[in-house]
Amino acid sequence: MVDIIIIGAGVVGSLIARNLSQYEVSVLVLEKENDVGDVTSMANSAIVHSGYDPVPGTKKALYNVEGNAMYPALCRELDVPFGPVGSLTIALTDAQVDVLKDLQKRGSENGVETKLLSADEVKAMEPNIAPDVKGALLCPSAGVVNPFVLTAHAMENALDNGVKLHLDEAVLNVKRVKDHFEVKTAQAIYEAKVVINCAGLHSEEIAKMIEPVDWKINPRKGEYYVLDHYAPGLVNHVLFPLPSEKGKGILVTMTTSGNYLVGPSSEVIDDKEDFSTDALTLADVKRQATMMVPNIPFREQIRVFAGLRATPSTHDFIIEASKSYKEFINVAGIESPGLASSPAIAMHVVDELAAPVIALSPKKSYNPRVKKYINLQSMSLEERNALIKKDPSFGETVCNCEKISKGEILDILGRSLPCKTIKALKKRSRAGFGKCQGGFCQPKVLLLLAEYYHISPLEVLYDKDGSEILAKESK
Amino acid sequence: MMETKDLVIIGGGSAGMAAAVSAYDHGVKDILILERGPFLGGILNQCIHNGFGLHEFNEELTGPEFLTRFVNQVVERKIPYKLNTFVSNISKDKVVTYSNSEEGYVEIKAKAIIMAAGCYERSAGAIGIPGDRPSGIITAGQAQLYMNEYGYMVGKRVFILGSGDIGLIMARRMSLEGAKVLGVAEIMPYSNGLNRNLVQCLQDFDIPLYLSHTVSKVVGKSHLERIEISQVDDKLQVIPGTVTSFEVDTLLLSIGLIPYNSLLDKMGLVPSRTRGASVNEHMETALDGVFSCGNVLHVHDLVDNVVVEAKVAGASAALYLQDKLPRHTEKITCEPGDGVGYIVPEEIDLANAEDQIPMKFRCRKPTHDVFIEYALNGEVIKSFYKQTIIPSEMEIDIIPKNLLKNNQGKLTVSLKPREVK
Repeated sequence: MVDIIIIGAGVVGSLIARNLSQYEVSVLVLEKENDVGDVTSMANSAIVHSGYDPVPGTKKALYNVEGNAMYPALCRELDVPFGPVGSLTIALTDAQVDVLKDLQKRGSENGVETKLLSADEVKAMEPNIAPDVKGALLCPSAGVVNPFVLTAHAMENALDNGVKLHLDEAVLNVKRVKDHFEVKTAQAIYEAKVVINCAGLHSEEIAKMIEPVDWKINPRKGEYYVLDHYAPGLVNHVLFPLPSEKGKGILVTMTTSGNYLVGPSSEVIDDKEDFSTDALTLADVKRQATMMVPNIPFREQIRVFAGLRATPSTHDFIIEASKSYKEFINVAGIESPGLASSPAIAMHVVDELAAPVIALSPKKSYNPRVKKYINLQSMSLEERNALIKKDPSFGETVCNCEKISKGEILDILGRSLPCKTIKALKKRSRAGFGKCQGGFCQPKVLLLLAEYYHISPLEVLYDKDGSEILAKESK
Repeated sequence: MMETKDLVIIGGGSAGMAAAVSAYDHGVKDILILERGPFLGGILNQCIHNGFGLHEFNEELTGPEFLTRFVNQVVERKIPYKLNTFVSNISKDKVVTYSNSEEGYVEIKAKAIIMAAGCYERSAGAIGIPGDRPSGIITAGQAQLYMNEYGYMVGKRVFILGSGDIGLIMARRMSLEGAKVLGVAEIMPYSNGLNRNLVQCLQDFDIPLYLSHTVSKVVGKSHLERIEISQVDDKLQVIPGTVTSFEVDTLLLSIGLIPYNSLLDKMGLVPSRTRGASVNEHMETALDGVFSCGNVLHVHDLVDNVVVEAKVAGASAALYLQDKLPRHTEKITCEPGDGVGYIVPEEIDLANAEDQIPMKFRCRKPTHDVFIEYALNGEVIKSFYKQTIIPSEMEIDIIPKNLLKNNQGKLTVSLKPREVK
């Protein structure tokens, strides 16, 4: 019997696991994918929204503003790239300027500091903005974060503090038995006093294993372009058009690694496994984005991708105990601003929903920090050389585009959180994230994984089960 | 005190080695070649097919045979080189930062630099192939690396997008290794590979070439299961209802090569139309004493041409180091005109130029019965008749210096259809 089972290791599940790891409780996380943060937490806009636009009084508004404020300290503790760059919501017509004023009012109701900017002020801040810009709403507290690293480091910190993680283990059923739950997977049946459902797109199916629910999770697809990092900078803030009922619209933003993201589209679909991109949708993303930033250099495009938002039928986050059992906690419908809200969600779930049903006494050995990561490119040449003298693998460059050394990759592989696939390693290290998209480094990364995990190169996966890169030895 | 070198060459492939040998033979003795791979030779190490050296050595060699001849020339001259060494920065004042596991990060001051770092392959992400994101979609050069250097096949049922030469060569290579290659789709109405490769790699193996077709969808949740190709119209847009499906586990991409130019930004150099540096007739960039040649400048179809260009860069670096390559304010700018995609060089300084100036360009599309016309400030100075000119073959014309007369203005190269009388 474990105290708590968390179903799903996205950003929310991972941060809840980390929060719980400061207490004397046993926690098991079950994740159906072979890596943490592998679905919605992987494919999103990577924005820490300020919280100016959710409807005041909703969970989205409360947790977004609160979560945003938690980010700087959280990212320091977990050693996560975070850029408090601010956002601009752009008005391209005089009518839109009036809407900005309403949005500013909404922002102040949510407790978010904003500032209305004139067209000239916007042009001074953003040289590439459309010349017909009429004004903008500046939200200084908005930022960008690396969501892959946030999720992975949160889980790594949880594991370092005693949480257990089972990857590749999908939950098939949850059943109440006497005073506890039985959680069934293909591998085993686990007993737990408390279950926290953080299953993202599939949280509705998990919730229904316990009781009928009056809400639904509808997958809503967003497609994006990724551009390479290049000089000079395309944008200096997160740029949004005016929000609509379809969401925050097509944004143009930099990422923590200096790349640019353009997207997302918004398409309600049926299939929760459909991550395909579509040429017409992306063409429309391009059309809309260039209304705001006309000269986006799409020749720097290095990737397109689609992510699925877990959109709740209730229009707000579903964060509550189930009707039948206060020990079964649903954390569902975490669509935008879910990433920004996730630290606050994790805090409230633990303090207000878990604490009443299980004793949480502080763990003396708890360490909120991950072991500092090595980022060679951020170090002085002297510091790098001191390191290379001790460990020559830091002098061996694996990924030319992103300048990642073998030593940095071995550091990641040696940590508590498994990193078994080429994609998992790409998400953690950025090896393969550059302009050649792994053209040069993938074979080296593949061999490093084979060597570290003592498997044949033929067995190394790119991503999911069955995604081997190599078919057989040649003649 | 920072170490100083007369000439630092970034890249020890065919361009870097040929440039080093040429600079040495023109009197530069203090040279250092920095190569990121474990061997000299660059991409030729994985090109085990033959067809190299017909111009340079008058015989047909494999990639490794060709590169060995240059390695021998480098070794005979005792030109120093460092392997497994990565150049992460070049500053405007020519301080080169390199690193390797023995020395760590080192900064050296170069009096002259030749950039010869080669190119990379355009990826699936760069063209945004619609559909899922499974494994099994791989660039042709990477598949070649896995096969020829690591000894692994990437798949058994293969389709190829793009008729670039590496794709064609891999079609043959994978067929010989027992894979079934179901076809090659090319979005343009003509092939982008050399004719000899179309014959030897596709026709001889009964592999169909689908011109004016592209991959309109890839399907597969974890590994590639199926692709769809569709016909495209003259604007290269997919024509609905023209889908053909192929059940394959591998989609090889041979959709273009791009100069690997990530160091240009740091030197404040602006990429040219080729996405390499912009150079003059001596292969010198806008930065004094910084030269560029080979595929990092513009992508070549024949390594023999890379070598010719690299020798110019090496000899020019020698001139520069001997103070014999002054900059003049007056010069001719070169521009692509009708039907021409780009031109190298983009600048000619007549005061420095040799008597015969090679002009290199690629046409935008196959053109027949045409004159290549060179015009200086609008006045035609030279024209060559060509029965056929195709984008996959770089055009190299020699322009005599005496035709250019005054050292200013604009030289334009255009394709003019022959007027039928």
